[in-house]
Amino acid sequence: MSGPVTDVVTSGLAFDVAHMLAGGLVLLSFVMLYQDRLSALLNVFALHAVVLSTSVAWQAFAQDAPHLYVTAAIALAFKAIVIPTALHRIVRRLGIHREIERVVGTGLTMLAGMALVALSLVVMLRVTAEADPLAREDLAFALSVVLLGLLLMVTRRNAVSQVIGFMALENGLVLAAAGAKGMPLVVEISVAFSILIAFIVIGIFLFRIRERFDTVDVNALDRFRGDRR
Amino acid sequence: MGLILDLLVQGSQMAAVLLLAPLLTGLVRKLKSRLLRRRGPPLLQPYRDLARLLRKEAVLADNASWLFRAAPYLIFACTWVAAALVPTFASGLIFSWTADLIAIIALLASARFLLALAGMDVGTSFGGIGSSREVMIASIAEPAMLMIVFTLALVAGSTQLATVAGVLASPEVGLRVSLGLALVALLMVAIAENGRVPIDNPATHLELTMVHEAMVLEYSGRHLAMIELAASLKLLLYVSLIAAVFVPWGIAGPGAGIGGHALGLAAWLGKLAAGAAMLALFETAIAKMRVFRVPGFLGAALMLGLLGTLFLFVSRSF
Repeated sequence: MSGPVTDVVTSGLAFDVAHMLAGGLVLLSFVMLYQDRLSALLNVFALHAVVLSTSVAWQAFAQDAPHLYVTAAIALAFKAIVIPTALHRIVRRLGIHREIERVVGTGLTMLAGMALVALSLVVMLRVTAEADPLAREDLAFALSVVLLGLLLMVTRRNAVSQVIGFMALENGLVLAAAGAKGMPLVVEISVAFSILIAFIVIGIFLFRIRERFDTVDVNALDRFRGDRR
Repeated sequence: MGLILDLLVQGSQMAAVLLLAPLLTGLVRKLKSRLLRRRGPPLLQPYRDLARLLRKEAVLADNASWLFRAAPYLIFACTWVAAALVPTFASGLIFSWTADLIAIIALLASARFLLALAGMDVGTSFGGIGSSREVMIASIAEPAMLMIVFTLALVAGSTQLATVAGVLASPEVGLRVSLGLALVALLMVAIAENGRVPIDNPATHLELTMVHEAMVLEYSGRHLAMIELAASLKLLLYVSLIAAVFVPWGIAGPGAGIGGHALGLAAWLGKLAAGAAMLALFETAIAKMRVFRVPGFLGAALMLGLLGTLFLFVSRSF
């Protein structure tokens, strides 16, 4: 960072705020891993999306890239408002909003999450040695958010929680796209809409699973897989 | 002249922490009572309790060993030395080169080790329960504390408290998410270490829930006075530590004159009062958790400390 003093100060501040927002996103991913109540999980997911949208908007401001504001608005409208509201209604209609999910080994899951964050930092810092520091930290945190979303999907047995894990994973992708300065708006909009369509399909599936097996616990599906050798 | 002044500052700090510790405990109790719309004991009640305990005869169990008698004094000495090292109103203490965060943690850990041993010494079941719970809490609280120390040391480039406070008071620290995480983790660890409400209730004698009180149940007279005073000193130490690291404004520097030190003292008293008020508010607002939920609570502190350290590797300075 060489240049006039004011430039250094503003770029330092821009970096710090971006770092704080992306770090907050990783922290909220951990909070999601920790939650065992579905409605609380949904609320944390909505907060996750709000932080993501703020982070993308800050990237738009810091990189002077106005099209990222559209991405931020899409994230805010769909992920923070539409999808959590719809999921809340689904959970309520399925009658599982008061259920406490037995998460297997919160401590172990947390440790695994820590290891994933460390792994993504090590990988990203080594791969992107010459990149701009802002993009570097953004990519490192985005990879952690993606891996933590995957971990959420793996450790949960409730189909609704797995959907939330999937959406959180996609939040990480948007964060990476915002930091990388390369993704055109068309791609972003189409990704957002494909996520929405995936969400609708999953929603229909949830009701089908529920109709057939009387539960959304995916372990029930194992019994119908036929003979295991 | 400079050496005399340094000695004077260090000596006054040692006296100040010792004299103010019961007052802080009394203030927290008073504020808690007022929040519950009770009148509460007077502010000076802890001093009176200590004076009463010192006058009383110490009753010892028949099978108490020398350890049982020596432990209260050793616990008190460890805690007092640790409290004297934290920069409270002045950072230029003559012993500030020993005021290493890791040394302070080690002193507190030795005090805890002695207390756990003393709890088991007489062989009553309550002492055993208290010691086992205390060690369970410590086995997670201490790694969490060390992660917090690593975060601070990576930011400041030193584990010396005076240096850490100086770096964090300067404007070039900026906005760091790691420090926020470390602050939350340190608050959680401080609550656990001092046996405050969600972990342990300092006012209870209900056998199912007590941790600290169960260990000291066999003590009486001057031994109990030493342990109570050590507990008050520990609370003061943690409030001062949090204030010195995260609210370092107002601490008198090494070359400050009488005016600077007076200002530092006033700022420190203000920080202590604010800390007591926040602790009382928090304790009134929250319910005590089950003993077996404690690892989850402290595990979150450990996770925050670890995350804070990890985040530093992608921050500006690396």
